[in-house]
Amino acid sequence: MIAEIGHAALWLAAALALLQLGLGITVLRGRDDDGAMALAMRALAVAQGALTLFAFLSLILLFWRTDLSVELVAAHSASAKPWLYKVAGTWGNHEGSMLLWVMVMSLSGAGLGLFARRLDSAVLSAALGTQAAIGLGFFAFLLFASNPFARLNPPAVEGRGLNPVLQDPGLAFHPPTLYFGYVGLSVAFSIAIAGMLTDRVGPALARAMRPWVLASWVLLTAGIVAGSYWAYYELGWGGYWFWDPVENASLMPWLAATALLHSVSVLAARSALKAWTMMLALVAFSMSMVGTFLVRSGIITSVHAFAVDPLRGSFILALLALYVGGAMALFGWKIGGVREGERFDLVSREGALVANNLLLSVILALVFIGTLYPLAAEALDERISVGPPYFNTVVGPLALLLGLLLYVGPLLGWRRHRRGVPRSVALSGVIAAASLVTMLIVTRGEHLFACFGMAVAAGLAVASLSPLFGRRLGRVPMATWGMAVAHFGVAVSLAGMASEAAFTKETLVRAQPGEIVAVGSWQVELHDVMPVAGPNWSAIEAELRVSRGDGVEVLRPQSRAFASPPTVTSEAALSTHADGQLYAVLGDGREGEGWQLRLWWKPFVTLIWWGGLLIALGGLLALVGRTWREGRRARAIREPARW
Amino acid sequence: MMMRPKNQRLVLVSAALVALGLAALLALWGLQDRAAYFVTPSEIVAGKLEPGQSARLGGMVEEGSLQQLDDGVSVRFSVHDGDKAVAVTHAGILPDLFREGSGVVAEGRLGPDGVFIADRILAKHDERYMPPELDHLETAAETVER
Repeated sequence: MIAEIGHAALWLAAALALLQLGLGITVLRGRDDDGAMALAMRALAVAQGALTLFAFLSLILLFWRTDLSVELVAAHSASAKPWLYKVAGTWGNHEGSMLLWVMVMSLSGAGLGLFARRLDSAVLSAALGTQAAIGLGFFAFLLFASNPFARLNPPAVEGRGLNPVLQDPGLAFHPPTLYFGYVGLSVAFSIAIAGMLTDRVGPALARAMRPWVLASWVLLTAGIVAGSYWAYYELGWGGYWFWDPVENASLMPWLAATALLHSVSVLAARSALKAWTMMLALVAFSMSMVGTFLVRSGIITSVHAFAVDPLRGSFILALLALYVGGAMALFGWKIGGVREGERFDLVSREGALVANNLLLSVILALVFIGTLYPLAAEALDERISVGPPYFNTVVGPLALLLGLLLYVGPLLGWRRHRRGVPRSVALSGVIAAASLVTMLIVTRGEHLFACFGMAVAAGLAVASLSPLFGRRLGRVPMATWGMAVAHFGVAVSLAGMASEAAFTKETLVRAQPGEIVAVGSWQVELHDVMPVAGPNWSAIEAELRVSRGDGVEVLRPQSRAFASPPTVTSEAALSTHADGQLYAVLGDGREGEGWQLRLWWKPFVTLIWWGGLLIALGGLLALVGRTWREGRRARAIREPARW
Repeated sequence: MMMRPKNQRLVLVSAALVALGLAALLALWGLQDRAAYFVTPSEIVAGKLEPGQSARLGGMVEEGSLQQLDDGVSVRFSVHDGDKAVAVTHAGILPDLFREGSGVVAEGRLGPDGVFIADRILAKHDERYMPPELDHLETAAETVER
């Protein structure tokens, strides 16, 4: 019964979206004199959000109860599974994750309807209509090509279980976070379309768009950080970023959103970069859709690719072509009519932000080409893979250049910089140069690129905080704090990457129980190897006693076997310290022959993710600061009107 | 110097176009020698791959070919495609689903002695990552065996 109700709720929501689109077109043609239709559209958006939320909760309930008469549950869940993974299993498969996508899409529309009072009703109606138009495509995809509520007759006796690699607490939060980020960008897209349709591209539009961009960007950042850490400890390869197409699929919208986040501020504050900002808003959500296509169409096989049905791939590709093509056509048609933005000097805050945008766009293009090139080559029957050698070489130097830009950008004045070079820029430069020399001496000239990375990071740590120098910290606006924290996060993350690249120590051995192995300054004793059992798995577990002179710690890497579906995974063991992480993986072995052990000592590797979280925190501060400030401004404007 | 309005849009548009053009050139340059080709044992035997050039070798692990080398952590096995076979060495932990008679993709390069040196081994049926190329290959090999 629950499945049928959930299914019906989805159909009803799709019908409301259709109605919302129809009303949007009517309003746009100027047939809404009293604003009643705009109000109705807002109500429709909210109802649609509530209905998809209800459908999603129904699916969670079905997974929670392991209702094996539902095809999806039988194929991806099992009754003997911890409850967290039953719930997380809801989106650990193709249909469920698409329902999550549609739900986030509708909830974003509802949010737009509820909170965007600052947009005038014509723009808001056009934006809600666009949101409904995108939503309809994905409703169709869900209902016709990937119905999560399909029944199984007769019901299965037992489910096939969730992919063990996905049975991890990180998974419970990683996809929803990332999806809210991906799909939240749809609102920026809709607002941009609405602005162009109604010829209202300007600061007010940018101010309405900014919270959505910031919020999506914060969530995308957090989702990428979580995904990176998950890959780091779950895959057991010791790396934090593999330039896997699936990782790139999340990086591309992030790059576009980062550029958009900066240019939307220019538009809001200075009424410049109008066409540019609109383009970025279109590109950002387009990249989200490209990412969805790459990940969900099954053309790239990985843990994320659930669908292998070619129909689904073509369906998403058609939606992608329709929306991206339509948006670009509208841009081409309308943008000539957008008034020229305010002027600015080349050396100014705007100029620096344009450089930031250009660099980010180039990086985005490089990642895009590298990710899609194998697909294009495959069409020509040439099988090629593009990996770290390409991406590190072409993206790395540009990323460092972007870091250098951060030394000066935030210190320049708007419109035209008059005050000469700030002293803190010189200070950052000196610190960077000193770190470069130190690094080159310490590493004896090896890992040249990591040395440069560390140097840029060291200077940036100072430069990022310099907008706060000489000011009364309590009176610095929250958005400025946000900027400083985020840029400092970039420095922290970069330092972690450089340290990991330059100073990691690795040992690979076959050891007998009782044997002691050294890695970096650590002594690792393989004390024992024994079988252990968990709720739905059994494992071979090594007991490692590790120390570096100050007390002994025990690490337990495992080789884990799951019954449903039958799989073996290796579980790395980590020992985290302030100055780095010890990482241990257990390989194969037998009584008498010894066991394979792979050990890494990675100094300051955790800075990579701490930095990422700081970046997200910076975005959050900016979001809260801006929202609070604009709320106050709006009240200040409204109040006198009552008199 | 402040740019004139018409000027500014022109400058911005040309900056964007130049940047994207540079990106495309940079990408082409980068892809030229940094993309790894997928090769089969037959193609290696036929000399399609230069020694030292990075590649992904795909095929089936030959039954009974897996041997432990003396250093205790390296293995050597042979990969075939139903026609020709190539020896592969790898220092590291084999994936959990590595089996003789099953599909693998070895990422690495060809050594001067004709032995493929793998930095990473990906196994077919690995839930984390299944190299898409193997799908075609395994079906082909099964047909040959029959």
